Amino acid sequence: MEKRITTPLTRQQARTLKSGDAVLLSGVIYTARDAAHKRLCELAARGQPLPFDVENAVIYFVGPTPAKPGQAIGSAGPTTSYRMDAYSPTLIALGLTGMIGKGKRGPEVVQAMKEHGAVYFGAIGGAGALLSRCVLKSEVVAYEDLGAEAIRRLEVRDLPVTVIIDSEGSNLYETGRKNYLASVKK
Amino acid sequence: MREIPASLITDAVQRMCVSANCNLPGDVRRCIEQSRACEQWQPAQGILDKIIENYGIAEQNSVPICQDTGVACVFLEIGQDVHIEGPLREAVDEGVRRGYEQGFLRKSVVRDPLERVNTGDNTPAMLYIDLVPGDKVRITVAPKGFGSENMSRIKMLRPSDGIEGVRDFVVQAVEEAGPNPCPPVVVGVGIGGTFDKAAFLAKKALMRPLDVRAEKPLYRELEQDLLERVNALGVGPQGFGGRTTALAVNIEWLPTHIAGLPVAVNLNCHVTRHATEVL
Repeated sequence: MEKRITTPLTRQQARTLKSGDAVLLSGVIYTARDAAHKRLCELAARGQPLPFDVENAVIYFVGPTPAKPGQAIGSAGPTTSYRMDAYSPTLIALGLTGMIGKGKRGPEVVQAMKEHGAVYFGAIGGAGALLSRCVLKSEVVAYEDLGAEAIRRLEVRDLPVTVIIDSEGSNLYETGRKNYLASVKK
Repeated sequence: MREIPASLITDAVQRMCVSANCNLPGDVRRCIEQSRACEQWQPAQGILDKIIENYGIAEQNSVPICQDTGVACVFLEIGQDVHIEGPLREAVDEGVRRGYEQGFLRKSVVRDPLERVNTGDNTPAMLYIDLVPGDKVRITVAPKGFGSENMSRIKMLRPSDGIEGVRDFVVQAVEEAGPNPCPPVVVGVGIGGTFDKAAFLAKKALMRPLDVRAEKPLYRELEQDLLERVNALGVGPQGFGGRTTALAVNIEWLPTHIAGLPVAVNLNCHVTRHATEVL
């Protein structure tokens, strides 16, 4: 049974989510990939305001394809998250509570998630056509020059994600594989 | 000598950039659907169902299967009795430029790996040219996503490492990649040649249909053995656990030096895309 969550995602809410939970996410989320993360962290280092409020925000690691006429957004599945590992702890410290991507995260990210209360969600990599249907609205809010890598404000409804790493550091990539292998050995 | 205007190559590349990104090849679909039928782990079944639903939506609506519409890898097998009228590289790049614009595909190429400014039109293509007998031109367009490309590996093994060394290296590459390359993956393996040729063979292996096995029995058996070992890892679709870690292992090989045993692993995600036309 899926849990329904609507953003903003507070730290308290984030702490209630557990690794392996299936979640349908609704509300406003922001897109950012490598180049946008670099710029956000450069702003943060100079103590300047970010182009959107990261407090209780969820960032989706995605660079969508251009929307066809009539579409809110093009195909929009997750990109591999470890490339954002250098930047995520800074944003988590500033109040970010959720990240959506796919693939492993480094110990420095997990540490920041535990310390501040944040979750790492996985969306299905390679299912961009399916996932784009959950996006109702998309507008560029910063770094238009980055093209697909610009920061977009998305309104989503029932975006299907799974909690991979929770705020206690429990990791579905470890437990899922272990449980499957145990089921085969029986 | 048969004359082929370069504009025909542009047109073909344009068509295939769009079709390859929106229509998953039949061999890949069949393989995913067979894997779904064999998968016993419930979370894995759910993910495979979504993957199948996704490529159905993409085909129906002519939208990209995945937002990473890749760098355009273009393989040209040019008959020796063909003369191409006009500049070839420009013709291919023009096809990529038009295809990525017309198909609403993502532009994912930066001009310089260190300066990192997007070229804005997904050019240049990665071009692989081979001269073959005959008077035809065979063009394959394979958009390659980088989630899987980044998880690829190469190693110069010692001859004494033998088949066990190759086996361990391939299985380890898939295990270490884990969830990152969007499993279920296709594993392209290149064995032999030189450092660079092994990497090329691994990429070429990804172009072979998933239901076609290596010709030489030694490699056919190694493909089967590696597929079983990789699918015993338990990584599963998206890394959430399950049997279906890989859809296929394809091996290409070449003669090599007495002192060497190069091995390369080029991973591809479940969105293993390619289209081919013969002019």
